[in-house]
Amino acid sequence: MIRAEHITKSFAGREVIRDISAVFEPGQTNLIIGRSGSGKTVFLKCLVGLLEVDEGKVFYNDVLFTGLDFKARKEIRKEMGMLFQGAALFDSMTVEENVRFPLDMFTDMSREEKSDRVNFCLERVNIVNSNHLSPAELSGGMRKRVAIARAIVLKPRFLFCDEPNSGLDPKTSIVIDELIREITVELNMTTIVNTHDMNSVMENGEKIIFIEEGEKCWEGNKDEILKSDCRLLNDFVFANALAKQLKESSK
Amino acid sequence: MFRFLAGFGSYWMLLGRVFARPEKHSIYYRQTVKELISLGLRSMGIVIIISFFMGAVITLQTAYNTENPIYPTYLIGLGARDSILLEFSSTIVALILAGKVGSNIASEIGTMRVTEQIDALELMGINSASYIILPKVVATVLFNPFLTLISIITGIVGGWIAGTAAGVITSQDYIYGIQYAFIPYYITYALIKTVVFAFIITTVSAYQGYIVEGGSLEVGRASTKAVVYSSIAILLFNVILTQLLLS
Ligand SMILES: Nc1ncnc2c1ncn2[C@@H]1O[C@H](COP(=O)(O)OP(=O)(O)OP(=O)(O)O)[C@@H](O)[C@H]1O
Ligand SMILES: [Mg+2]
Repeated sequence: MIRAEHITKSFAGREVIRDISAVFEPGQTNLIIGRSGSGKTVFLKCLVGLLEVDEGKVFYNDVLFTGLDFKARKEIRKEMGMLFQGAALFDSMTVEENVRFPLDMFTDMSREEKSDRVNFCLERVNIVNSNHLSPAELSGGMRKRVAIARAIVLKPRFLFCDEPNSGLDPKTSIVIDELIREITVELNMTTIVNTHDMNSVMENGEKIIFIEEGEKCWEGNKDEILKSDCRLLNDFVFANALAKQLKESSK
Repeated sequence: MFRFLAGFGSYWMLLGRVFARPEKHSIYYRQTVKELISLGLRSMGIVIIISFFMGAVITLQTAYNTENPIYPTYLIGLGARDSILLEFSSTIVALILAGKVGSNIASEIGTMRVTEQIDALELMGINSASYIILPKVVATVLFNPFLTLISIITGIVGGWIAGTAAGVITSQDYIYGIQYAFIPYYITYALIKTVVFAFIITTVSAYQGYIVEGGSLEVGRASTKAVVYSSIAILLFNVILTQLLLS
């Protein structure tokens, strides 16, 4: 479980995140939605400690994470996996080396065990026969999928995904959503996903937090989202015509 | 001025993180070997070419500046040797490497920063400063003394070939000259300077790359800054070290 209390973060005097509190439960996919530039990435980076919060607290299973120093954070960090918005694969390594890297760094597995685990994770994200390519030789969507494989290779307890399906075709996008949901349940992970993809919201939204201009405007699940009367949320959710028609006809 | 001091402070703080205890030695060892090849071996070509031609030019210039019947020609060899040993193969080569290796380090690390690769390392609980920078420091501090020795040798060979080909000095005189009144300590002096300069180039450039914020434009700027600042630091330390080691 991850608990955020009153998170505030500003850059050069401009508040980007204002007083956001939320609880993220394990075994379910928690979504953070909001328009581009609303502060999703900044909020996620505050949660994992890549950005220092100005005010507020973050707890991991009731351990106050924001108060810890680098050394103490390290123990919690080993249980985290994160997919960055731009995938953030290591340029100097091949696909296989990228996924194997956390294993090399933190386990004493044998060569075979490592390569089995790497291949297993790569297969789960539908990357086959690409082990020896470098990240520059992959498409954007493939890079994302390799990055997911790297994020789950150590079976983390906390998984963070920053826009896992931006830049993917609808079909692959669904595969990725299913994958994230499956491993979340399988490993009982606390998963937090940033997205502005309504498809994944309707598929995966067991808990949804809507951020607008750095503030939490709404919280609920995928069934409640269609019925909400929060105007900003409706503007966001029903931005496309089809969805609007659906809402109209359901009334 | 304030910004300079703040930058200096965060440079030292970064160094503190770089020299924290490595987490897994086998991986650091592997990275160091990688860096020895990319930062060391790959610089050999440029060092050899430049040293050869500079040795040739130094010898010819010494010859033409000392054209004088009472001046024994073997002094040309001696003059060329000392210029190469004292200044060229340590300081000038370091400046050239600041351009080549420094910009390479800054743009590599800067790119890792803006593409969130450094964040990815930090998130895994890895000390990214140490993981990325320490192997580079170790590799250059170990390998650059070899580059300096190679530069000394090719420089002297270049002078010999140019001097005898132009007919300004005979082979015997040149070889006599480069051995005449030879002070072995000059080699030690050159190597000490090289080690300090290698440390400066690597850490200053790595710092510039590590603190990049923004995009590819800023990465380019960081690599320019890396070259400028490490060159200035080299020139400054050249004066300090010369005063300390030769006085
Ligand atoms: N390092 C930074 N320095 C200054 N401002 C920043 C920084 N990072 C983000 N911001 C600002 O914070 C705001 C929120 O950015 P953020 O990246 O969190 O948006 P987002 O919701 O993730 O958008 P997207 O969906 O496009 O990824 C933006 O206005 C951005 O300009
Ligand atoms: Mg974002």
